[in-house]
Amino acid sequence: MAPPNQRRSSYSRRAQYNVFTGYILAGLGALVGAVLLGLSFFQPNLFGWARSGANDAVTPAAETTATVRSGTRSLWESITGYYRAGSKNAELEREMDIARIRLAEARAIEQENRRLKALIGLQDASSKPVALARLIGSTASSTRRFAYVGAGRSNGVKIGMPVRSPRGVVGRILEVGANSARVLLLTDSESVLPVRRAKDEVVAFAEGRGDGLLRIRLINLGINPLEPGDVFVTSGAGGYYRPGIAVAILTEKTDDGGLARLISDPAATDFVAIEPIFEPEAAIAVETPIERELEN
Amino acid sequence: MERMNPRSRSDAYGSRINRSHSPSLAYSVPWLSIMLGSLFPLFLIAIAMPMVPPVGLLMLLGWRLVRPGLLPVWAGFPLGLFDDLFNGQPFGFAVLAWSLALIAIEFIELRFPWRSFWQDWFTAGILLIGYLFSGWLLSGATPTGSSLAALGPQVVFTVLLFPLFARFVARLDQFRLTRRKRIA
Repeated sequence: MAPPNQRRSSYSRRAQYNVFTGYILAGLGALVGAVLLGLSFFQPNLFGWARSGANDAVTPAAETTATVRSGTRSLWESITGYYRAGSKNAELEREMDIARIRLAEARAIEQENRRLKALIGLQDASSKPVALARLIGSTASSTRRFAYVGAGRSNGVKIGMPVRSPRGVVGRILEVGANSARVLLLTDSESVLPVRRAKDEVVAFAEGRGDGLLRIRLINLGINPLEPGDVFVTSGAGGYYRPGIAVAILTEKTDDGGLARLISDPAATDFVAIEPIFEPEAAIAVETPIERELEN
Repeated sequence: MERMNPRSRSDAYGSRINRSHSPSLAYSVPWLSIMLGSLFPLFLIAIAMPMVPPVGLLMLLGWRLVRPGLLPVWAGFPLGLFDDLFNGQPFGFAVLAWSLALIAIEFIELRFPWRSFWQDWFTAGILLIGYLFSGWLLSGATPTGSSLAALGPQVVFTVLLFPLFARFVARLDQFRLTRRKRIA
């Protein structure tokens, strides 16, 4: 394309100054950007108010698109459901039969659990979710994995609360606005979650890798007992998450643990529940550095 | 008598009789479309890995390269500030990166005043790859090899999508300069 002729600023002083001022402003803009970036490296939540305010503003529109998104997805699912419907149906019925039996067994175990807990005087605090909200979107173009939910301070949501879908853990509340909140997804590379293997007491940390997978890091090193297909649930350590919520399935074994896939993929999640922090005192104790604890 | 060609008094932007460009549309469309582009990845999908190209930056580069001289050099600051509210990077990243990108294009334009589309695509590609890579480096999290590997598909998408966005910007430019009816 032809170059614009306004670059040739001619003999006009005014035009020359305009071009010069443009360059100065652009340089200043870059400089301010660098300063802001440096500030937010040391204080990540310094500009949280601006972000959450902006997200409050776009939440209504984002909720609408999220509704359309889940609508089109379920339409596609019902179309693909017709593909080999007969054999799928037979298989599902078989699975259903087995699942019914397992469910009956699980009820019996639950009953026994309740009896045993009553015996040792453990109070099972029922955790009612603080809010139910739609997962309205995520920072889909950034390396960091954040999502937004359509509930905020006005619904009683606070920083640190766990977010879960019907399938399992989604993440943790990081920033709260009036009507929206930012969620740190499990796959973010800054997310660490204490987990245990569902079938026994092998404890580990599930760390996000930033590429959609979780890295399972065993706490007790030695012979790696993990097998692909192992299901991991929250262990309740750290005090944020209630124990026993599904997190991930192991897909690959490595030296110190393995790689796992999320059970509750945010892309397939529509509504999420924001739950209260499981043990607030424990969570605060973990957050407090030892030096400050000694001072008090 | 032979009829006159009905389109003889009009050009690509419509008839020229009693019609004129709308100043508000002509000035607002570039800025608004870039801001909508910044919002777009937020609406699209909640996904476990980065896949969606940085649409705001694609629109910015599109307007800057397809229609040189329209956006001022300092446009990266206000537009980057808006993008920073939604992009998930540490605040200030887009302000810095977009400002630097516009300054870089300014210098490339000084050096190569007459360019073909391929050169523009090359410029945009280099800038987009640099943006995504520095985004990985300055994301506020520890840069790991696996998150770099996850960047691969996004980089390819983004670079390949630039011509499409350039076309889209050209269409928007036509819309921007359409002559509206004016009765006076």
